[in-house]
Amino acid sequence: MANQVEVSMKVNGSESRSVIEPRMLLVHYLREELNLTGTHIGCDTSQCGACTVLLDGDPVKSCTVLAVQANGKSITTVEGLASKEGLHPIQMSFWEKHGLQCGFCTPGVMMAAIGLLNENPDPSEGEIRNALEGVICRCTGYQFIVEAVKHAAQTIREAGEAKVVIADSMKA
Amino acid sequence: MASLIGSAVRRKEDPRLLTGNSCFTDDIKLTGMVYAAFLRSPHAHARIISVDAEKARSLPGVTAVFTGSELEGKMKAVPAMWFLPGCDLKPKDRPALATDKVRYAGEAIAVVIAENRYVARDALDLIEVDYEVLPAVVSQERAMQDDATLLHDDVLKNLALLWKAGEIPEQVFADAEVVVKQRLYNQRVIPSPMETRGAVAQFNAGSGEMTIWCTSQNPHIHRLIYSDVLGIPETKLRIIAPDVGGGFGAKIATYTEEAVVACIAREIQKPVKWVEERKEHFMATSHGRDEVLDVELAGTNDGRITALRVTNTANLGAYLSTFGAGCPTIDFGLMVTGAYDIPQAAVVTYGVYTNTTPTDAYRGAGKPEATYQIERAIDLFADKIGMDPLEVRRINMVPQDAFPFNNAMGVTYDSGDYQKALDKALEIFDYQAFREEQADQRKKGKYLGVGFSTYVELCGFGPSAVAGAIGFQGGVWENSTVRVHPGGTVTVFTGTSPHGQGTATTFCQIVAEKLGVPLSDVELVSGDTQSVSMGWGTYGSRATAVGGAAVSLATDRVIEKARKIAAHELETTVDQIEFIAGQFTVKGDLSRGRTIQQIARSANYAWNLPEGVEPALEGQSFFDPSNFVYPFGTHICVVEVDEGTGEVAIKRYIAVDDVGRVINPLLAEGQVHGGIAQGVGQALWEGAVYTEQGQLQSGTFMDYTMPKARFFPPIESAFTETLSPVNPLGAKGIGETGTTAAPPAVVNAVMDALKPFGVGSLDMPLTPEKVWRAIRSGRDKE
Repeated sequence: MANQVEVSMKVNGSESRSVIEPRMLLVHYLREELNLTGTHIGCDTSQCGACTVLLDGDPVKSCTVLAVQANGKSITTVEGLASKEGLHPIQMSFWEKHGLQCGFCTPGVMMAAIGLLNENPDPSEGEIRNALEGVICRCTGYQFIVEAVKHAAQTIREAGEAKVVIADSMKA
Repeated sequence: MASLIGSAVRRKEDPRLLTGNSCFTDDIKLTGMVYAAFLRSPHAHARIISVDAEKARSLPGVTAVFTGSELEGKMKAVPAMWFLPGCDLKPKDRPALATDKVRYAGEAIAVVIAENRYVARDALDLIEVDYEVLPAVVSQERAMQDDATLLHDDVLKNLALLWKAGEIPEQVFADAEVVVKQRLYNQRVIPSPMETRGAVAQFNAGSGEMTIWCTSQNPHIHRLIYSDVLGIPETKLRIIAPDVGGGFGAKIATYTEEAVVACIAREIQKPVKWVEERKEHFMATSHGRDEVLDVELAGTNDGRITALRVTNTANLGAYLSTFGAGCPTIDFGLMVTGAYDIPQAAVVTYGVYTNTTPTDAYRGAGKPEATYQIERAIDLFADKIGMDPLEVRRINMVPQDAFPFNNAMGVTYDSGDYQKALDKALEIFDYQAFREEQADQRKKGKYLGVGFSTYVELCGFGPSAVAGAIGFQGGVWENSTVRVHPGGTVTVFTGTSPHGQGTATTFCQIVAEKLGVPLSDVELVSGDTQSVSMGWGTYGSRATAVGGAAVSLATDRVIEKARKIAAHELETTVDQIEFIAGQFTVKGDLSRGRTIQQIARSANYAWNLPEGVEPALEGQSFFDPSNFVYPFGTHICVVEVDEGTGEVAIKRYIAVDDVGRVINPLLAEGQVHGGIAQGVGQALWEGAVYTEQGQLQSGTFMDYTMPKARFFPPIESAFTETLSPVNPLGAKGIGETGTTAAPPAVVNAVMDALKPFGVGSLDMPLTPEKVWRAIRSGRDKE
C-alpha cells in the first residue's frame, strides 16, 4: 500500500523499526507488530486505561496515541517491568495485596500507578484514588489496588530505586 | 502447620497476569488469520429492504463479506437454553445475521472478513443497506399495550412469558392492619467486563475439527449449543476459554457472533478472529435487570410482615437470551421474601420483548432484584408504622433454630444465622452513636443517612433434577478429575471456568491441603472442552460450592486408592492406615510409612499393586448437590447527601457476609469489594438510557458511569461462617453477595438522609440531578 511510513522507537529497551500505516494506533503497533500483547484494549474512547503504557516515562493511553507520534521515543510496557532479578515492586505489591482479579485492566493500572509514584513517592489514600481516575477496574472495587499502590510506594521508598528500575528497563 | 483451606495465600495465576504473559482471546494469533467486523443496525426496529455489499467486497484487503441471506443454510439461529414451563413461553431465537428485520439497534446484519481490522472497519462503511424504519418500543409496559408495535408477528402484546407462583387470598390484604404499596424500577444495567467479547475460530478441513477460542464463562455450554447451531458433533468441536477478562454473567450467553465467526472460518478455510469493540459491547452483549417491580406488603402495627405480593414486569429485549427466561422468574420469584419468615407470598412475572438489547444474567441475576424490593419495602413499612427499620428486620428474620427453612415460595434455605451476622455488623457500626450524630449534623445542615440490607441469596446451581423441573436445558452438576503424576505433582481438572475468581488458587488449596502436598505442586486445568470431560461453567456463585465440592470428592477418591496401595506396601490392612499431612502410617507404629509422592510413583509404575487395584493415581467425581446454597449477611451503608448539589457520598460501608466455609479469606474479601462496587454502581451511577426510538444513549464509557476508585471509602468487610450442609466443603457462594446486598443498603441510606425533605421513594440510579430535584420538590411542598 502506498500510504506507509516508517517508525522506530525503543520498546522495553529494544530498538524496533517497522513500516506501518500512519493511522495505526500505538496500542495496535505494540500488540500486532511487536507481539507485545500484555497491553490490553478495553474501550475505544480512552476512558478505561487498560492500554496505559509509559512514553518517555510518562503514562499515556496507547489507544489515543498514533504509533507515529511515538516515533523516536521510549516506550515501557508491562513486559518491560520485571527484570532478571525479579518482579518490579508494583507487580510484587499487586500480587501480595490481591490487587487484581481477571487481570485484564492490571497492566494499565500498574502503569498509571508507576506514573503516580514517579511524581509522588508517598501518596495518601485519597491521592492514590484520585490518581486512578484514568483507569477502570470492574472486578476489584479498587480497594486492594489502592493497598497495592501504597505497599509499592513503601517498598520503593525503602529501596530507593523506583525510577532506577524503570529507567534501566528502558535503557538496557 | 496451619490449614491451607482458610489461608490467605497469594494467587497462583498472578505472575502470568502481572507480567504480560496472560493469553486473552485477542492475544491469539494464528498463521493466515483474517479479521471479522460486523455491520450493525443503526435502527432499533426496521425492515431490511436490501443489502448491497459489492463495494465492500472490492476493497483491497477484503477477503469476503457475508450478509444474512448468504449465511442461511450454513448455520442455525442461536436458541435460548432456559425454557421455563407453565408460563406460555414464546422463545424467539437470535438469527445468525438479521435477514428480513432488525429488532434492536446494534443487531448484526453483515460481516466483513479482511486481512486486518482496519480494512475490515473500512469495508463496513462501504456496505449499503436500505431500511424501512418501523416504530420502536423500548419500555416493557408500553410494549404490552394493545397499540404497541409487535417485534415478532406471532407474539401478541410482545408478551414472551407470563409466570405465576403462589396465591394470596384478596382478603389478606383487605384485612391487613398495614399495607405498603410501592412501584420500584430496578433499572437496566450493562455488565461491562473490562475485556469485551471475542472469538478466534480455526477449522481443520481434513479432520473436520473446529476449535473456537472465545470469551466464555462456560465453554461446555458453548459446545453444547454451537454443536447444533454449526452442525459439528461435540467430538469435533473444541471450545477453549483462555484467560477471560471478567464476565459478570455477560459471558454465559451463547451469542451469534462467535458462531458466525466459526461458520465463516469453515467456509473460507482460514482462521478468523473477531474482537468486539466497546461500542459494540454496549449494544450487542446482554444487559441485566430492567424490571418494574410493583410490591405490596401487608403487616401489623407491631412490625410483623404477614404477606407479600410482587408483580415483575421484565424487559427481555428483542430476543430470548440464553438464561433470559429464568432471571426474572425463578431467580427472582423464589427469593422475594428474603431473609424473613413471611407466611404468604405470591409473584407474577410478565416477560416482554422490546426493541432493546436482550437481557440475561448479570451478577446475581434475579436475586439482586428480589433483595432490592424486599429490603426497600421493609424500610417503607418501618416508616409507615413508625418503627426502626432494624427492629422490623429483627422481628421478621428467620431465626437460627428454623433451618433448614422453607420459605413461602417453596425453596429450602440450607443453613443460616442471620442474627449473628447482624450482631457482628453492629459491633463494627455503633448504630446509637450514628443516630445521635445524624441528629446533630442535621441541625448544622449536613444530611447523613444509614441504610441496612440483611440479605439472603440463592446460588450454587444446583440440583440437576431441579434444573430439569424448571426447564433449564442442561445439568448443573460439576466434574473434577484429580491426577497425581508419577513424580508426585498434581493436575486438577474442573468443569467450572474461572475468569477472575482465583479458582486456580482456591481449588489447588483444597487439593494441596487434603493430599498434604505443597501448593506449588498442584495446578488447575479449566476452560477447555478437550481437557475437561464435562462441566457447566462458572456463574450463579457455583464454582466453589459445586465445582470445589467435586474437586474435594475427587481428591478423596485419590486418597482412598492411595490408602489401599500404602496398606499393601506396609503389609497391613486398609483400616490400619492413617493419612495425615501427606504421610501414610500404620496406626501405633510411626517407624514405617509412605509419602503420597511415594505412593504416586508406586501407583503409576504398577510394579506391585494390591489385587484388584488398577494402575495410576487418579480420582474423578461428578457432584450433583442436593440443594442450592444460601449465603446471607448484613450490609450497612452510611451516606452524606449534599443538599446543594444532590451528590451522594459514601461515608462508610460495612459488609458482614456469611458464605459458609471460606477457602481463601483474601480472595473472598476481593469478591466482596468488587461486588459491592458494582452494587453501589447500580444504586448511584449506572443505568442504560435509551431514547424512545431505541437508540442507546449510554453507549460508551463517556456516557455510562463506571465506578472509579475515588467514589469509595475503604469497605469494612468481615465474615461469619455458617457451614452449608449440602456440600462436603460447607461452602456457599460469594460472587454475587455485593451486587445483591448493596443496592438497597445504599438507597435506604439515601432515603434516610433525605427524610427531612419529605422525599418519596426514588428509583436508581440516585444521580445528583435526581436527588437535587427531589430535595427541591420536597421543599416546595413545605
